[in-house]
Amino acid sequence: MAADHSDKARASREPMLDVRDLAVEVDDKPILRGLSLVVNPGEVHAIMGPNGSGKSTLAQVLAGREAFTVTDGAVRYDGRDLLALPPEERAREGVFLAFQYPVEIPGVSNVYLLKAAVNAIRKHRGQPELDAMEFLALIREKMKLLDMGDELLFRSVNEGFSGGEKKRNEILQMALLEPRLAILDETDSGLDIDALQIVAKGINALRSPERAMVMVTHYQRLLDYVVPDFVHVLANGRIVKSGGKELAQELEARGYGWIEQEAVRERAVAAK
Amino acid sequence: MSTPAPSLDDLIAREYQHGFVTDVESDTIPHGLSEDVIRLISAKKHEPAFMLEWRLAAYRHWLTMREPAWANVHHPPIDFQDIIYYSAPKSQKNRPKSLDEVDPELLRVYEKLGVPLKEREMLAGVAVDAVFDSVSVGTTFKEKLGAMGIVFCSFSEAVQEHPELVQKYLGSVVPYTDNFFAALNSAVFSDGSFCYIPPGVRCPMELSTYFRINAKDTGQFERTLIIADAGAYVSYLEGCTAPMRDENQLHAAVVELVALEGAQIKYSTVQNWYPGDKQGKGGIYNFVTKRGDCRGDRSRISWTQVETGSAITWKYPSCILRGDGSIGEFYSVALTNNFQQADTGTKMIHIGRNTKSTIVSKGISAGRGQNAYRGLVKILKSADGARNHSQCDSLLLGDRCGAHTFPYIEVKNATAQVEHEASTSRIGEDQLFYCRQRGISAEDAVSMIVNGFCKEVFKELPMEFAVEAQKLLGVSLEGSVG
Repeated sequence: MAADHSDKARASREPMLDVRDLAVEVDDKPILRGLSLVVNPGEVHAIMGPNGSGKSTLAQVLAGREAFTVTDGAVRYDGRDLLALPPEERAREGVFLAFQYPVEIPGVSNVYLLKAAVNAIRKHRGQPELDAMEFLALIREKMKLLDMGDELLFRSVNEGFSGGEKKRNEILQMALLEPRLAILDETDSGLDIDALQIVAKGINALRSPERAMVMVTHYQRLLDYVVPDFVHVLANGRIVKSGGKELAQELEARGYGWIEQEAVRERAVAAK
Repeated sequence: MSTPAPSLDDLIAREYQHGFVTDVESDTIPHGLSEDVIRLISAKKHEPAFMLEWRLAAYRHWLTMREPAWANVHHPPIDFQDIIYYSAPKSQKNRPKSLDEVDPELLRVYEKLGVPLKEREMLAGVAVDAVFDSVSVGTTFKEKLGAMGIVFCSFSEAVQEHPELVQKYLGSVVPYTDNFFAALNSAVFSDGSFCYIPPGVRCPMELSTYFRINAKDTGQFERTLIIADAGAYVSYLEGCTAPMRDENQLHAAVVELVALEGAQIKYSTVQNWYPGDKQGKGGIYNFVTKRGDCRGDRSRISWTQVETGSAITWKYPSCILRGDGSIGEFYSVALTNNFQQADTGTKMIHIGRNTKSTIVSKGISAGRGQNAYRGLVKILKSADGARNHSQCDSLLLGDRCGAHTFPYIEVKNATAQVEHEASTSRIGEDQLFYCRQRGISAEDAVSMIVNGFCKEVFKELPMEFAVEAQKLLGVSLEGSVG
C-alpha cells in the first residue's frame, strides 16, 4: 500500500506520459533514435512526419508490441515504468491504441471481444463486471455516437468490415474502454470524407481534461476536425520540430522536405 | 523490450486434470493373445456360439494382417502379447440392479471426472451407459426408453437379450476384415454400447456413454453398435478421459452405425484421453474405426468430434452413402499439443443417387504437435447428382508444430460436384496483441481465438457438450503463446 501511495504522489507531480531519449530497433535496424515527448492530461498531441519516420513504431512501442526492441531511453506513465508492463496491463491502466490496421478475428463476434475487454478492465479497476444486458445497453449508447448499426456487433471482429467500419469500431472501443491515454495510429487513413467526419466527431466527444490523446497521422486532414494542442514533426526517429496547430498547416502547404533539411543543417552545426 | 509475454508453451502447458488411478479389484486374465484367450473371454461373457465363431474368425484373419504404416504418426512397436485382453471390475459378478449397488469407488471416479451419474440422471435427462474398463456397470433410464421400444444397453447385455439384432448387424458396417485394428477389436472386444431405435421413434434424450481406461496394461476394445430403424432419430454422445499413467496404452474401438430409410443418427464425441506428459512420455494410442452406413434412402448420419487427448489419434469416422438422397456429415476439431500426433479425417463414399456430404475439419497444432487431416471423397459410378463440400482449416500456434492435409478425391460420375477448400494460418501475433491491447490476458486471448476458429464445429454439438468442449480447448491450450 505504501508503494501505491508514493506512486500516486509522484504521479501528481509528473506528466502523464514522459518519453525520454527513446531508442528502438526492429530486426537490428534502428527506427527511433532518441525521441522525447511529454504529454499532460487533457492535451491532444499530433505526431506527424513522412513515411518511415517512426510514427507507427512509437505508437506500437507505447502499447507494448513485442516485435520492437528498446535499446535506450525510458517511458514513464503516471510515474511508472511503462515499458515494464505487458500490453494487457498497460491497457488496464488506461493506455489505448486505435490500430492503423484493425485485426480480423474469424469466429469471434465483435460483441464478445468488446465485452471481454470491458470486463477485464472493469475487473482491474475494482468495478463489478457487466452482464450481457447491461453491456448491450452500454454499447448501444456508444454506437449511436458513431452511427454504427447493430449488425456490426454480431459479426466476427473486423471480418468483412469496410475500412470506415473498422476505424469506427476502433473509436467505439475507445469510447467503451474510457482510456486515460489514447494513441490513435493513422486513424484517418483509408477514410472517405463522411467517415472521417464521423470518426472525428467520436474522437472529439471523448476529449476531456482527464484524458490525453496522441494522434499519429501523415496528413493534416484529420487535424481540421480534431484540432490538436501540439504538433510534433518526426523525422529519422526523432522529433525535429514542435509547435502549435499552425505547424500542421505549414506542413500541409510546404511538405516535409524543408523540415528534414533544417534538421540536417542543425545536426551539422551541432557536430561542429 | 522488458515485457516478455508468457510464452505460447507456458500457456498450453496445464497438467492433465484427470490423472489418477482407482483401486478397484479387477478380474483380469493373463497377458497375451491366443485362441484360448478368446475362448475364455467369450466363455466369461456366456456368449452364444455365433459370437465365439465370429471372434475366432476375426482373430485368424488378424494373424494374416500387418499393422498399417501409412498414417503420419510415429510410435515404438506395440507388443500385442504384452496386453491383457480382459478386465472387469469385481462388482460385475453380481450385476448391480441400480446405482446403489454400484461400487462406490467407481462412482467416486465419475465424481472426480465431473460425471456424477446420479446428478446426470436427475439434472441432465441423459441416460448414461457408463463403461468402466471393459464392462458396463451402470445403465439408467432403461425403463423409460424401453417403453418406447428403444434398446440402450451394454453390448454384453444385447448379446444376451437381443442376439438376433446383434447377429444381423454386427460387422455389417465394419467387417472384421476391414483393417488391422478392427480385426483385433472384433476378436477381443469386451464390451461397449448397443442401441436400437425402432421404426418411427424419435429418441427423446441424448444418449451418452463415458469411457474410461483403468486397470493396468489393459487395452480397451469397445464395440458400439447403433441402429436407427426406418424414420427413427437418435443423438448419441461419447466422451472419454483417462487416468495419468506412464506406459502407453492401446485403445482400438469400433463404432458401427446403421441408418435405415429416412433415419437420422447424430454421433458426437469429445475425446480427452491422457495425451502423455510434456516430454511426450506416456499417453493413449487411440486407433479407432468409426463408420456409419446410410443404408436406407434419405437417411442421414452426422459425426461431430472434438479430439484433444491421446498421444496418437488414428481415426476416420466415415459415411457410406448407399441410400438415394442420403446425407453424410463430418465436423471435426483436432488439437495436438506437446508431442501429440493426430491423423484424422473422414471418408465419404457416395453410392446412391443425389447423395450429399459435408466435411468441416479444423486442426489446431501447438507445441511440437503434429496434426494431419486425411480424407477421402469417393463418388461411385452409380452416384448421379452426388455433391460434396469439404473445408479443411489448420491453425498453428508456435513454430515447432506441424499441419498436414491429405485430401483424396475419386470421382467416377461426371454429374458429381465436389468442392474442396483448405487454409493454413498461424495464430497471429497480430490477433494476440490486438486482444491484449484491449486488456484481455494472453491466455484468454488464445482461448478466444481458437474457439472462434472452431465455431463452425462447436455449433454442431449438443449444448452441454459444446460448453464442455470449449473449456477443454482452453485447458488443452494453456501455455501456447510465444
